[in-house]
Amino acid sequence: MPRQSINSPYWQGVRDGAPFVLVIVPFSLLFGVVGTEAGLSIAETMGFSVLVIAGAAQFTALQLLTDNAPTLIALVSALAVNLRMAMYSASLTPYLGAAPLWQRAIAAYFTVDQSYACAVIKFEQEPRWSVPERLAYFFGVVTPICPLWYVFTLVGALVGTAVPPGLPLDFALPITFLAMIGPMLRTPAHVVAALVSVTLALVFAWLPYNLGLLVAGIAGMMAGAQAEMTFERRKEARLP
Amino acid sequence: MIEGSALWLFIAALGAGTFGLRFVFLGLVGNRPLPAWLLRHLRYTAVAVLPGLVAPLVVWPAATGGALDAPRMAAALVTLTLGYAFRNVILAIAAGAATLFAGLAFFG
Repeated sequence: MPRQSINSPYWQGVRDGAPFVLVIVPFSLLFGVVGTEAGLSIAETMGFSVLVIAGAAQFTALQLLTDNAPTLIALVSALAVNLRMAMYSASLTPYLGAAPLWQRAIAAYFTVDQSYACAVIKFEQEPRWSVPERLAYFFGVVTPICPLWYVFTLVGALVGTAVPPGLPLDFALPITFLAMIGPMLRTPAHVVAALVSVTLALVFAWLPYNLGLLVAGIAGMMAGAQAEMTFERRKEARLP
Repeated sequence: MIEGSALWLFIAALGAGTFGLRFVFLGLVGNRPLPAWLLRHLRYTAVAVLPGLVAPLVVWPAATGGALDAPRMAAALVTLTLGYAFRNVILAIAAGAATLFAGLAFFG
C-alpha cells in the first residue's frame, strides 16, 4: 500500500509544489523585512501575509502606503494587481465547481500563482480524476507553499529590526518588482502592455493621488488585450 | 503612512477584496462561460500595473530626492534583463542587489 499512497493525488501535489519553496521562502522573508522597515508591527506584517496571501499585491500596498498615497488608491491598485486571481478562479471552476461550498471557499483562499499553475496543468492531464482527487492534489500543492509563506514572513519581521542601517533597502521593492516583471513578459502582447504602462506612468506621474498608476494600469490592460487580438489576426492572415 | 485601526481596516479590506476575486467564479458564478473580452483583459492586469508602479521608483528614486541615480538605474536594468532572459525571479533579485551594492560602493 505505501506505493499507492505515495502516488496518491495529494502526494503528487506535494511533489509538484515542493520546488516553489525556493521562491516562497526568500520572497516572504523579504516582505517581513521590508514591512518592519516601513514601520509595521509584527502583527500587521503577519496580517498582510495571512489575510491577503498574495506577494505582489502585498508589496504594492506597502509601497503606496509608505508613499502616503490615499488609502483608496492603494487599495484599488493592490486589488488591480490581484485581478488575475479572478481569471484563475474562472479557469478552476470547471474542475472544482461541483465540490461543496466550504471546500470551494478554502480552495479559493489558497488560489495563488503556484497552486493555480500546477492544478490547471494536472487537471488537463488527468481528465478521469474525481472532484475529491482534484481537491486532494490542489491542497497537496499548497502544503509546502502557504505555511512557509506565513513562517518566513514572521522570520523576516523578526530579523527586520536587526538589519543594519545604511543598507539600500529603499530599492528592495523596485528590484523585487522588476524581477517579477521579467518572467511575466511571455508574449509580444505582454511586452506591449508593460511598455504602455511604463510610458503612461511616467507621463502622468504629476497627477495627484497616484492616479497616474491607475491611468497606466487601465491603458496597459487595454493595450495588451488589443495587441493580442491584432497579433492573432495577423497570424491567421498568414495561414493559407 | 496610516497606522493602528486604519491600517488594520486597510489590511482587512485588501484581504476581503482579494478573497472575493478568488471566490467570485469558483464560489458564485459557477460553470457559466465568461465573455472572451473580459478574460483577455484580465490576462494583462498584473503586467499592466506592476511596470507602471515601478517605473517612477527607478527614474526618480526617493533615496536621492528624485535625482536619476546610476547605481540604482544599473541595478534595475540588470534585474529586468536577467528576469526576462532566465525567467528566474530569485536569480534576478540577487543579481540586481549585487549590482546595487557594487554600484553604491564604486560611486559612493
